[in-house]
Amino acid sequence: MTARDDVLGGIRRALGRGALAEGAAGELDARVAAHRRNLIPARAAALDPPARVDLFVAMAEAVQTTVARLASAAAVPGEVARYLAAENLPAELAMAPDPTLEALPWNERPLVQIRRGAATAGDAVSLTPCLAAVAETGTLMLVSGDHTPTTLNFLPDTHIVVLRAGQVVASYEDGWDLLRRRPGDGPAALPRTVNFITGPSRTGDIEQKIELGAHGPRRLHVILVDDAGES
Amino acid sequence: MEATSHAFADNARAGLADPVLRRALGMAGAGFPARRAEAIARLPEFEALRDQGKAIKDHTIAHLDFYLEIYEKNVTASGGAVHWARDAAEARAAVLGICRSVGAKIVTKGKSMVAEEIALNEHLEANGITPVETDLGEYIIQLRHEPPSHIIAPAIHLMKEQVEETFRASHTALDPTRPLSEAPQLCAEARTMLRPHFLAADVGITGANFLVAETGSSIIVTNEGNGDLTQTLPKIHIVVASLEKIVPTLEDAATLLRLLARSATGQEFSSYTTMSTGPRRPGDLDGPEQYHVVLIDNGRSALIGGEFQDMLRCLRCAACLNHCPVYTAIGGHAYGWVYPGPMGAVLTPALIGLDEAGDLPNASSFCGRCESVCPVRIPLPKMMRHWRERQFAQGKAPAVYRNGLKLWAWAARRPALYHELVELQARLLGWLGEGRGRFRSLPLAGDWTRARDMPAPEGRSFHALWAKRQRAARQKIGR
Repeated sequence: MTARDDVLGGIRRALGRGALAEGAAGELDARVAAHRRNLIPARAAALDPPARVDLFVAMAEAVQTTVARLASAAAVPGEVARYLAAENLPAELAMAPDPTLEALPWNERPLVQIRRGAATAGDAVSLTPCLAAVAETGTLMLVSGDHTPTTLNFLPDTHIVVLRAGQVVASYEDGWDLLRRRPGDGPAALPRTVNFITGPSRTGDIEQKIELGAHGPRRLHVILVDDAGES
Repeated sequence: MEATSHAFADNARAGLADPVLRRALGMAGAGFPARRAEAIARLPEFEALRDQGKAIKDHTIAHLDFYLEIYEKNVTASGGAVHWARDAAEARAAVLGICRSVGAKIVTKGKSMVAEEIALNEHLEANGITPVETDLGEYIIQLRHEPPSHIIAPAIHLMKEQVEETFRASHTALDPTRPLSEAPQLCAEARTMLRPHFLAADVGITGANFLVAETGSSIIVTNEGNGDLTQTLPKIHIVVASLEKIVPTLEDAATLLRLLARSATGQEFSSYTTMSTGPRRPGDLDGPEQYHVVLIDNGRSALIGGEFQDMLRCLRCAACLNHCPVYTAIGGHAYGWVYPGPMGAVLTPALIGLDEAGDLPNASSFCGRCESVCPVRIPLPKMMRHWRERQFAQGKAPAVYRNGLKLWAWAARRPALYHELVELQARLLGWLGEGRGRFRSLPLAGDWTRARDMPAPEGRSFHALWAKRQRAARQKIGR
């Protein structure tokens, strides 16, 4: 008998039944397929979109994410340059080769050097887009893909994320729905990795004092573009 | 890991006598509960979420075979592989086999309690593979050759001075004049030392907080980002997880995630909650080429349908440890195996036997704080009582306890004699303790009176007083 058969058989014996009958299994299949939501806290769900964005900013800042709000996407390269200078960082970026970032007017900032692709050990600063942001806890939602390597989210010391206000959703469940709306069927259509990121890397492992930058980024900077008029 | 749970009493005494440990635990015992309370006060729906979290877990366990099968189907559909393991030996063999298939030399690891449970590091080392723990706390205790003392803060028993000593002893290239006495310096040192290992590792091993049946995904919850570097950079990602980590859907996972971080560290959400589904996709610019899940039973399925089934709801948040007056006094090492505190007192006897771990369910004052903070309402005191009953039924309770109870039972079945004896005892103790009003020591109860005085009875038993009162009342009516 294989380990698999043994384990499943043991579970069924303990539950006092054999494999589920078709009807019962059908009900469970339906439960899974329904994506029924459990209780969602009112904190974010009850808010209108502008208030939701404000809540996202407040929750993000409470966990040491810094947020810069811009009126238009065209101002993003300028904000990146300003941030790097203010934090005394080199004007070099490892950037996700994402069309929305490529479309920004980088030529206006010729001093910012940009390398596109996955992160390498030497990268100090990364710039990435995100899929969404969850207002409830000030959480960014990033997915891996052709244009969005995961290493950019973890290897560099400083991670800058461009977020449009229209991407701010209330709950994680709203984020799941965004994933399910992607083209394709089944688990293979999901991104390999979904990263919910809530503030910079931290540890409390030494005397429970919170230190930032344990292994991932020490700094997490969100450039929030108020895109109400653009989309 | 070699269990020393049978030596619990000695371990606990040693813990109580260790001033550094007491200082370290004092910080934890205050910090975690306060932060948890604040986080919960900010979320009015928390109690309702606990009920739902419990219901989700109960539903899943009641249909565990079904959800495991669709989980496996979906892992396979995403290009990953599931390896079933009946016990620790099979799990270790599965991990080793995968590591050997690529000739792995260095393996990075995210913190995983089930990896501790199956003693994975020792097995890899014995087979020429170097496991590197990357969670800061796990890294520190790996250097010290110690087991974790807490399920989410493995080095909670140490003060920063000891971490400095450990690093100076192990990091031989470290300049002795470099200051290393403060937490930021220690964190930076660990970050610098571990970075090359992340980049060099052939295989990355993580645990899982949840396995999602609907999508075949594993979810890890961390703060440091070490788990993400561990599973993103090497060619192979291996998830080791016990089978009760399954939840049906992403929605169910979201509900449990709302409970987990708040109960564990008092955070609204941990820094990194990461969901992984299969290996690198065509076109992906990074990520592992292989994704394996070693799905471990190791005693879980045997708990289903019995009086310990509720334990399978456990999220491993450690709230019960952080709120336990026993754990916070003696520390995790006293429990002698992987899982300490109230959840360990229930789980350990189930996994390594009552003979080895019988003292653990007895090390409780039944104050009930553990159950009151458990995010999925596990009745921990009730289950510790089940273990005590089982111990008694199997004749494994200590002789003094057994004989004492026998004597009591003999007398209690003879009410007239019993009342006489109790009355006699009350009068005797009342007379002896008249002067001081309390006893500093009592025969047969030395352990109890060593830490406190016993108040002297006022001279009559409750039964005698009650009978007198009833008589008086009857006389009043009669008159």
